[in-house]
Amino acid sequence: MTPVEKTIGTVANYVDERTGAAGWVKKSLNKVFPDHWSFMLGEVCMYSFIILLLSGTFLTFWFDPSQRDVIYEGVYAPLKGLKMSAAYASTLDISFEVRGGLLMRQIHHWAANIFMAAIVAHLLRVFFTGAFRKPREFNWILGILLLTLGFVEGLFGYSLPDDLLSGTGLRITSAIIQAIPVVGTYISFFLFGGAFPGVGFIPRIFTLHVLLIPGAFLAVITIHVMLVWYQKHTQFPGVGRTEKNVVGHPILPVYMAKAGGFFFVVFGVIAFLSAVASINPIWLYGPYTPGQISAGSQPDWYMGWLDGLVRMAPPLETHAFGHTVSWNILIPALIVPGIVFTGMALYPFIESWITGDKREHHLLDRPRNVPNRTALGVMSVTFVMVALINGGNDIFATNFSLSINQIMWFSRIGIFVLPPLAFIITKRLCLSLQRADRDLLLHGTETGRLLRLPHGEFVEVHAPISAEKAFILTSHEQAPALEIEAVDARGVRRPGSIKNKIQRRLSKAHAVSVPKVTDQELKEIEHH
Amino acid sequence: MSNELIPNENQVVPQHEPRTTDINPKAEKRAEQQVAILFGLSALGSVLLVYSYVFVAKDVFIFIPVMGNQNAQQLGIGIGMAMSLFFIGMAAIHWAKTLMSDTEVVNHRHEFRSSDQDREEFVNTVKQGVAGVQLGRRKLIKRSLGAAIGLFALPPVLLLRDLGPLPKKQLETTNWKPGTRLVTDPGNRPILASDLEVGAVVQVLPAVANSQERPLSDIAKDPVLLIRLRPQDFQLTPKKLAMTHDGIIAFSKICSHMGCAVALYEQQTKHLLCPCHQSTFDVPRGAKVIFGPAARPLPQLDITVDAEGYLIARAAFSEPVGPSFWERNSQ
Repeated sequence: MTPVEKTIGTVANYVDERTGAAGWVKKSLNKVFPDHWSFMLGEVCMYSFIILLLSGTFLTFWFDPSQRDVIYEGVYAPLKGLKMSAAYASTLDISFEVRGGLLMRQIHHWAANIFMAAIVAHLLRVFFTGAFRKPREFNWILGILLLTLGFVEGLFGYSLPDDLLSGTGLRITSAIIQAIPVVGTYISFFLFGGAFPGVGFIPRIFTLHVLLIPGAFLAVITIHVMLVWYQKHTQFPGVGRTEKNVVGHPILPVYMAKAGGFFFVVFGVIAFLSAVASINPIWLYGPYTPGQISAGSQPDWYMGWLDGLVRMAPPLETHAFGHTVSWNILIPALIVPGIVFTGMALYPFIESWITGDKREHHLLDRPRNVPNRTALGVMSVTFVMVALINGGNDIFATNFSLSINQIMWFSRIGIFVLPPLAFIITKRLCLSLQRADRDLLLHGTETGRLLRLPHGEFVEVHAPISAEKAFILTSHEQAPALEIEAVDARGVRRPGSIKNKIQRRLSKAHAVSVPKVTDQELKEIEHH
Repeated sequence: MSNELIPNENQVVPQHEPRTTDINPKAEKRAEQQVAILFGLSALGSVLLVYSYVFVAKDVFIFIPVMGNQNAQQLGIGIGMAMSLFFIGMAAIHWAKTLMSDTEVVNHRHEFRSSDQDREEFVNTVKQGVAGVQLGRRKLIKRSLGAAIGLFALPPVLLLRDLGPLPKKQLETTNWKPGTRLVTDPGNRPILASDLEVGAVVQVLPAVANSQERPLSDIAKDPVLLIRLRPQDFQLTPKKLAMTHDGIIAFSKICSHMGCAVALYEQQTKHLLCPCHQSTFDVPRGAKVIFGPAARPLPQLDITVDAEGYLIARAAFSEPVGPSFWERNSQ
């Protein structure tokens, strides 16, 4: 036994005699993680969150979250002598007088953008591969919760410097709050500590941004990851992979080295971006004053689709009995996002209701094999993309010499027309891909070898595909549509038959597929 | 329904394919050297960071093609940090991929559902516990508990009451009163009607005693845009026309949609555009909404001139400025 081994042994013995951890740790170190590039998306989320915690803590050492007026006396000459909030002045100081301060600000902002992008990418991966199915519905909901928290945390974060751009964002936030019927005005006055912009909002969102929301994040992320750990990761279908096992690399050493290394890679890439690519140069915007604004005012990208919805809303207000209801704000800023997020959270239950499938699923779907779900996902993405394009309509108009009115009308019509179109096209594409899989199995791959037959005809030689590939193409199941009778055995209409009818319709649409190759078909081919 | 091609049970993991580093000692040596080089690059990055932090002055700018002038210290610290992190990661990954054992292993899953016996015992335990509480029999406790918990929910909400003042009439009123002079923003100078040429646009605020101490909440509702057109350009009701002065028309600069500053004036089309959500207001027609999500025209300020010829407000705004709110009477 080497001296190092001896020391480690002593420590391990000490800990184990007091906690009995050895058994559990041994089991954990043998934990298997399947390998696929798309499984790293969730890792990117977690790593960028850690980077946000580290860089954010650094920033709090100098940031002064106060709306009290100060006269700027720092080194940035263009703003010298100007009246501004202490929050803005201290952000300038971090940018110009703290060594590495600007880098940290940019790391924090870039990491926030990458955090949100990774969450969205991770969500799409989980959705399109059906990883949210039983037993992972809770984790899906926790994921939606994390996404929602991310929106709020991001909005609060970029509002803290109190520059002209972020102040405009807060103006819009306050207008959304004011639009809530009955209590909106009161909530707005309480949150802002008076009429907009008030005196209390920046210090209050600072507390929420650095304490409450990160705490919530930590708690939810912990449960999210622990559930992944406990329920074991899903895996893509392949030879040797079943619903009852998980195939991959053990946590020690390969997974740990790769995942640990990947953290440093993510951090390194974000640091590189922050070193060379300027983000949120608040000194160019100037301090916030409600009487001014800069052209091309844009929120961060993940808020862009909400702003796009607000932009395209028709000018609808109800004036009655001395009260005003702003539908032009309520619908795009609160009602539609509410429906979108609730729908997302409930989707696992909706799908399980449609398919009637209550079994556990640990093997992932190939998106083409579940055309309805894939089409629904692409439809939702299209909806958000149209809204996002409209959120940048001023930028598109100036950069591509387009008319802003035309982009707006394109979006107003497109938000209704394009998502259903995307659904239809995607579903067709999925079915075509299924057909291609079928052809591949029945006719093999094209080898590129041309053969001239004795009578002069040219044919291309096809080679049968490998057994592994054939397995992947056929291992999915094609469940038939639910059979729900509208009338029971005695011919009496069942109660809730409208619900049954909807379920039957949806189930039928969900079950549409190109029949996969059967053993018999393959044998017949061999005989030819 | 299950796959018929290859039996699903008792499959074996495909044979482990050896990597070049597993069979070729030369390749193994090379991979080891590559990992060492990557770790070395990381160390180099850390050195660059320390050097930039300590020895590069804050105000040195260097020209980098494509990026333009860059602050040398920030760039050095940034690139150094990026290198020091990135290459540690790359080294670890390269090490794992080329040299560490890459045999895949299989773990078994278990169904999450508890055994029937456990579930039954669980139900019994809960039932016993609930029965022990005797909530069904103790009606008095049940009711008082309900009342206590109901009232208990109140204090946390009540304690937040002092976050801010009640709105009162703050959203309905501005600092514009009959006779208030219009002063430039910035500059705080009163304006003669003759100072404005046709086509000009000026931002003004109400003259107040201490213009240095204007609170931001006033700047959030007081700004007004003065625009001078040719008098014949107006297409206004007689009432609204009477609120203009010699071709000068005054609108609240706070957007009637969400309160952004409506700052973009197009001289050719005489349109005002809000940069936030592109609501477009037609100035000759009294800032009528001709495009975008705003539902109401910008409130118009009634202006005239005082004895010295300076522009003043003849009356306060007749409606609240800025975005809508529940208590707003918009009829």
